[in-house]
Amino acid sequence: MRSRWAKILVFALCLVPLARMGWRAWNQDLTANPVEYLTHFTGDWTIRLLVITLSITPLRRVLGLPDLVRFRRMTGLFAFFYGCLHFSVYFWVDKDFQFKEMIEDIGKRPFILAGFTAFVCMIPLALTSTAGWIRRLGGKRWQRLHRLIYVSAIAAVVHYYWLVKSDTRLPVFYGSMVALLLLYRVVNAAGSRRGELPAAARPSKESAGAR
Amino acid sequence: MLIKKSGEIPYSEITPKQVYIDRRKLLAALPAALFAGRELFSPGKARAAKFDHVGKSSLSITDQPTPYNSITHYNNFYEFTTDKTEVADQAKNFKTSPWTVSVEGQIKNPRKLSMEEILSVAPLEERVYRHRCVEGWSMVAPWVGYSLNALLKQFQPTEKAKYIAFESYFSTSQMPHASYSGISFPYTEGLRMDEAMNPLAMIVVGLYGESLPPQDGAPVRLVVPWKYGYKSIKSLVKIKFVDKQPYTTWNLANPPAYGFYSNVNPNVSTLQYSQATELPLGSFRRRPTLMFNGYGDQVAGLYNGMDLRKYY
Repeated sequence: MRSRWAKILVFALCLVPLARMGWRAWNQDLTANPVEYLTHFTGDWTIRLLVITLSITPLRRVLGLPDLVRFRRMTGLFAFFYGCLHFSVYFWVDKDFQFKEMIEDIGKRPFILAGFTAFVCMIPLALTSTAGWIRRLGGKRWQRLHRLIYVSAIAAVVHYYWLVKSDTRLPVFYGSMVALLLLYRVVNAAGSRRGELPAAARPSKESAGAR
Repeated sequence: MLIKKSGEIPYSEITPKQVYIDRRKLLAALPAALFAGRELFSPGKARAAKFDHVGKSSLSITDQPTPYNSITHYNNFYEFTTDKTEVADQAKNFKTSPWTVSVEGQIKNPRKLSMEEILSVAPLEERVYRHRCVEGWSMVAPWVGYSLNALLKQFQPTEKAKYIAFESYFSTSQMPHASYSGISFPYTEGLRMDEAMNPLAMIVVGLYGESLPPQDGAPVRLVVPWKYGYKSIKSLVKIKFVDKQPYTTWNLANPPAYGFYSNVNPNVSTLQYSQATELPLGSFRRRPTLMFNGYGDQVAGLYNGMDLRKYY
């Protein structure tokens, strides 16, 4: 896991959905409604990667694999990457690049507001994901800022839940995952405040982003 | 007999148009072409029957119909699955024979119609209709059938009959995933009597000159082109003349989003959908949605004096 190759492998894995999409596009196999296919496909991978990113801290502890943190920035940035694609398809096809119409849409349709919130909250996280920004902000402040991913994940689930017509299985599934992962943090924080957890188990500042 | 098994290649087995048109993209199209070719030889695939003597209709629009493959591989049929691209596969073993449609309620002569009888109610004609889904996509389909009023006129309604209620076939053994959809079945729909009698409202038994494929509502469905697609109930088993406005499936599931009338209306949006525009299948550009889906001339009179925001 410490090897350089592990990171390259995870990077390649994160690109598999994009490759799959590209392959289907090349084969003109994007279903009868390519726009909807691209929207759903990129949206699905955004929320999946958000859940994966959120699961890294709990998994480090539960599995005893602190090195997992090496992948956290990458999966987070890929969540943002697929989120950008998702947003672009909407802004392009649905809104025809009309900023004003998009703002109106956000005001009128709650599920768009939720999705937009999820997207916007990811922007500062992507911008401050570098080692330089961690240094500039200081570990504590950086960590506090990056808790925005909780808002992003919750908003993404709400966005999904509000947009489906009646089959709520998938949004409920992702919602449960996010709830579980956030609950873990609440319980963990309460425990560590009471000093029940050894310091080593807590996410360390040094490991938060850089390597 | 109206149906024959034809020697000609039915639409359902023709290579999708985009594959043969775009010669410059032949390389890209090759895998799809191979796939379509393979299907020709795959055994056990139910072949659609081709209708003889399908007349033309003055109610047809002149828009280019959406390719057969798109109409049959992208649609909603929640009894089978909520994934529009999976319906064709999930419905492929749907048993549609024998089939009867029960006509009942406020009429003097209730009875069950066999499929043979349904096919012989009126001469079959092809009507190219616009179809607008509430989700914001649209298509153009060459349906085969006749006006619903031709069938209704065979029955003598009592003076109580004010609405027609429709019901779809439902069985958990044939539709094992239905409960995941989050709506209750059997699927029901309804029209006011004057809406049902409008010549545009259509009993449909075919598509592209062939019998309906299972995923599109075989063997007989309703098509009401000026309303959102979910009003066009599939796989009909019951037509009931009733005195009160019937309950309809989507209205029960989410009343603010889906009204009884559900006329296509670009000016009435819901929390989820704006409805001002639509995306034609296969297109990357949305276009304005027309009032009554462009059928205003024929149907606007049905709603004179009605507030269409209230009766959405």
